[in-house]
Amino acid sequence: MRHFFFALLMLCLSLAAHAALDPAAVRQLAAEESDDKIAAIQKLALTAEPDALALLQQLADGTLKDENGEDITINNRVRRELDGALAVLKLIDPDTKVRYKAVKEIATNVDAGMAPMLARARDRETEPKIRALLIEVHALATLKDADPQIRLAAAKALATSADPNTKALLKAQSEPANETEVDVRRAAFQSYLAVKDRLTLAETLGRIFSGLSLGSILLLAALGLAITYGVMGVINMAHGELLMIGAYATYGMQGLFRAHFPAHEDWYLLAAVPVAFFAAAAVGILLERTVIRWLYGRALETLLATWGLSLMLIQAARVIFGAQNVEVANPEWMSGGLEILPSIVLPLNRIVIVGFALFVLVLVWVLMNRTRLGMFVRAVTQNRGMAGCVGVPTGRIDTVAFALGAGIAGLGGVALSQIANVGPDMGQGYIVDSFMVVVLGGVGQLAGAVWAALGLGIVTKFIESWAGAVIAKIVVLVFIIMFIQKRPQGLFALKGRFVES
Amino acid sequence: MQRRNFIKATAVSIALAAAGFATQPAIAADTIKVGILHSLSGTMAISETALKETALMTIAEINAKGGVMGKQLEAVVVDPASNWPLFAEKARQLLTQDKVAVVFGCWTSVSRKSVNPVFKELNGLLFYPVQYEGEELEKNVFYTGAAPNQQAIPAVEYLMSKDGGSAKRWVLLGTDYVYPRTTNKILRAFLKSKGVAEADIMEEYTPFGHSDYQTIIAKIKKFAGEGKKTAVVSTINGDSNVPFYKELGNAGLKATDVPVVAFSVGEEELRGVDTKPLVGHLAAWNYFQSIKNPENDAFIKMYKDWAKKQKLPKADTVVTNDPMEATYIGLHMWKQAVEKAKTTDVDKVIAAMAGQTFKAPSGFTIKMDEKNHHLHRAVFIGEVKADGQFNVVWKTKGPVKAQPWSPFIAGNDKKKDEPEGK
Repeated sequence: MRHFFFALLMLCLSLAAHAALDPAAVRQLAAEESDDKIAAIQKLALTAEPDALALLQQLADGTLKDENGEDITINNRVRRELDGALAVLKLIDPDTKVRYKAVKEIATNVDAGMAPMLARARDRETEPKIRALLIEVHALATLKDADPQIRLAAAKALATSADPNTKALLKAQSEPANETEVDVRRAAFQSYLAVKDRLTLAETLGRIFSGLSLGSILLLAALGLAITYGVMGVINMAHGELLMIGAYATYGMQGLFRAHFPAHEDWYLLAAVPVAFFAAAAVGILLERTVIRWLYGRALETLLATWGLSLMLIQAARVIFGAQNVEVANPEWMSGGLEILPSIVLPLNRIVIVGFALFVLVLVWVLMNRTRLGMFVRAVTQNRGMAGCVGVPTGRIDTVAFALGAGIAGLGGVALSQIANVGPDMGQGYIVDSFMVVVLGGVGQLAGAVWAALGLGIVTKFIESWAGAVIAKIVVLVFIIMFIQKRPQGLFALKGRFVES
Repeated sequence: MQRRNFIKATAVSIALAAAGFATQPAIAADTIKVGILHSLSGTMAISETALKETALMTIAEINAKGGVMGKQLEAVVVDPASNWPLFAEKARQLLTQDKVAVVFGCWTSVSRKSVNPVFKELNGLLFYPVQYEGEELEKNVFYTGAAPNQQAIPAVEYLMSKDGGSAKRWVLLGTDYVYPRTTNKILRAFLKSKGVAEADIMEEYTPFGHSDYQTIIAKIKKFAGEGKKTAVVSTINGDSNVPFYKELGNAGLKATDVPVVAFSVGEEELRGVDTKPLVGHLAAWNYFQSIKNPENDAFIKMYKDWAKKQKLPKADTVVTNDPMEATYIGLHMWKQAVEKAKTTDVDKVIAAMAGQTFKAPSGFTIKMDEKNHHLHRAVFIGEVKADGQFNVVWKTKGPVKAQPWSPFIAGNDKKKDEPEGK
C-alpha cells in the first residue's frame, strides 16, 4: 500500500508520463475475483493518466462495459478501493469542490502510506478550508509514525477534528498498550477529550434539530386542528384526511409539472402550496356546509359524523388514486443534507419543512390577529350571541373559519408528502398526534399548540434516542394522559368571560 | 336415470341459487377456486399488491394452457387491508364460503400466524411466498420463501467475509413484530457463536408505518463511529422502507462506510425511492430480476405484458422480485401436485407436494423437500444499482435445504423436521 501511494504521488506530480494504458490491466478490470480487480485499479491509477482517471470514473459510475458488452460490476470492497484511488487522483484537480470531496473521501479510508503525499498536497493547498482538512487527514496518517515527535504533532493536530472515527483512534493512542511515550499519550488523551466534547455537542444539536423537525411536522399537522377544534370547538375526526388531500394535491401537481413543464419539475412544490390549500379548503367548505354546521354544540354527534366522513374520504381517495401509496419525489433542491460537522448532517428536506412551518405559523397568526376576518372569528368564538348582535355574520364566519383550518391542514399535507408516504390512510397516523398537540397546548390557543408541538417533538426525540421509537411513543402518551389529569385546560388556559363558562 | 340426475341437478342449483351462494352453478362445477389473500391497502400494500397480480397472471397462464385436470382455475381475490385479525376473517371466508381449493397469501409473519389456526381448523391449504423467521412447521402450509438459513445467515456471513467488508459491529434494525424479533434472536446467537461481543451488537425496533428515521440514523452513525467496521441488518417491513432509505440517502451514510443489508426490500420496494444515494447497499434473496436465464426472461416478459394488459399503475416500470417468483413457483407446484394426486383434496395434495420439482426463473430446478414443506433454494446477495436493480455479488453453488428450526435457538435440535400430525 505504502509503495503504491508513494509511487502514485510521484506520478501525479510529474505530469510527463504519457504511456498508453496497459491493455492487460484494462482487461483485468473485468476479472471475476475482487483481488484481481483491485490490483488492476491500482495499476491503472499509478499511470495517473487522464485516460485512466476517465476509465476508473466510468467503472465507478457503472457504465464501463467488458469485451462482450456486458456491464462490469463491482462490489463494495472494490468500490471503496476505487473511490480511494479516484480521490488521490483528484487531489490535484483545479476545482476546489472536487478537491474538497476528494480529501473527505481519503479521510474515510486513510493509510499510513499516504502521509508523504498528503503532506505535499497540504503544503501546496491554498484554499484554507481544504488545507485545514488536509492537516487533519495528514495527522491521521502519521498518528502511528515511528518517530515520537511526529506522533506527538499528529495527536495535537487532531484536537480540531469532529470525526467519530478520529475519536476512537485517539482513545486507542492514549492507552499504554498502544503508545509507549507519555507525552504522546497525554496529547492524544487531551485531543480525545476535545473531540469527544465536540461530538457530544454535535449529538445534542442533532437531537434538538430532529426534535425541532418532528415538532414542526406535528405543528403543521395540528395547526389546522387548532383552529377547527381549538377555536371553533368542532371535534373533527376527518382532519387527518384533510392532510391527505393536501398531500394528494402535491402529488397531482407533481404529475402536472412532469407532463407539461418537465424543465421546471423541481418547482412543482411551490405551485402545490396554494393548490393544496384551496383543495383542502374547498373540501372543508363542503363538509361544513353539508354536515358539520347542523351539529354545532353536539360534540358526540360531530365526532361520529366526522369519523364517518373520514372513512368516506379515505375510500374516495382509494377509488380515485388507488389503494397503494403514490410516489412524491423530493425536488433536487430538497435532496441531500447540510453537513454541519462530520458527525451531523441536517437533511435539507427537514430544514425546508421547519422553515415552512414557521411561514404557516406567521400566516395563521397574521390572519387571526391582524385581519378583520380573524377578529370576527375570535369574536364568534368568544361570544357567538354578542357577535351576532353587533352584525357579525356568524354562519358565514363559521364556514370561513372551518375552510381556513382545512386549508392549513392541506398545507401540512404538502409538508408531509416530502417526508412520509402518501396513501389513502396516511391521515389516520396523524389524527391522534394532532389531537395530542391541541389538547396539551390548551384548547383555543395557537401559542399553546406551538409550544406543545415543539415540546412533544423534542421530548419524543430525546426519549427515542435512549429507549427506542416504540417505548418513546408509549411514554409520551402516558405523560400526556397524566398531564391532562393534572391540568385539564392544557398548558395555556384561555382567560376571560365566555358564554359557556 | 338421466332424468333423475337432471332433476337432482336442477333441485340443487335452485337451492344454491336461492341460498345466494352461487348464481352460476353450471360454470362453478367446472372450475377450481383459488383464494388470493394479500393486502391491497394499508402499510403492506406496497409489497403485497404485486403478489396478487403475479398470482392472477400465473392463473391466467395455467388456464391458457388448459387449466388443471381439464378444469379452469377461478381466482377469488380478497383484501385483508394490512389488518392482522382481518386476515383470519378473510381466510375463513375463503375456506367456508368460497370453498377454495387452495389459498396463496400473506406477507408478514404476524398475518400468517393469524391465519394458521383457521387453516388448521378447517384443514385448508396455504402457500406462503415470503422469506420468514422459521420456528414453525404447519401441516397445512407450504413455505415457498426462505428460512433463516437460506437468507439471513448467508447474508451476515457475506458481510463478515473480506469481500463483504469484514464487518465487526452489527446493528439489527427492524419493525416491531414477530419476524424481525425472531430473526434478530437467531442472528444474535449466530453472531455470538462467531465471537462477536454483546457490546458490538445494537438492536432497534420501530412501529409499523414509522416514518421518522432521524434518530435511528443518528444512532447508527454514532455506533459506527466507535472504531470498528459496522454493518446494518434491516428487517424493516412495508412502506417504512421508503422514509428509511430516503433518510439514509439524505444523511450521507454510504454503503462503502456502513452497508445496509435488507431482508424485506426488493425491486418492488425500491420503485418509489431515488436509488442513486443507495448504490452498494445490499439485499439477500433467492431471486433477483437481474439474474440472466431463459426462464427468467420469459417470466419478466410475461409479467410486463400482464401489467400492460391489466393497465397496472406505471405499467412500463414494473419489476419482478423474489416473493413474486415464490408465488409463481408455488402455483405451478400446486398444479403439478393436484395433477399427480388427481384431486384437490387437501390431504392428498399435501402428500403429492413432497419432492415436486420446478424449473424456476432463479435459474435452478427447485425441489419441494420430501418432509419439511420448504423449498430447496439457492441464495443470492445483491447490491443496489443506480437503476434500482440488484447486482449479484455472491451466491451459493446450488440449492440449500431449509432449516425451519434454526440450530441457533436452544432446544431446536430436538424438534422434528416435518409437521406434526402429518
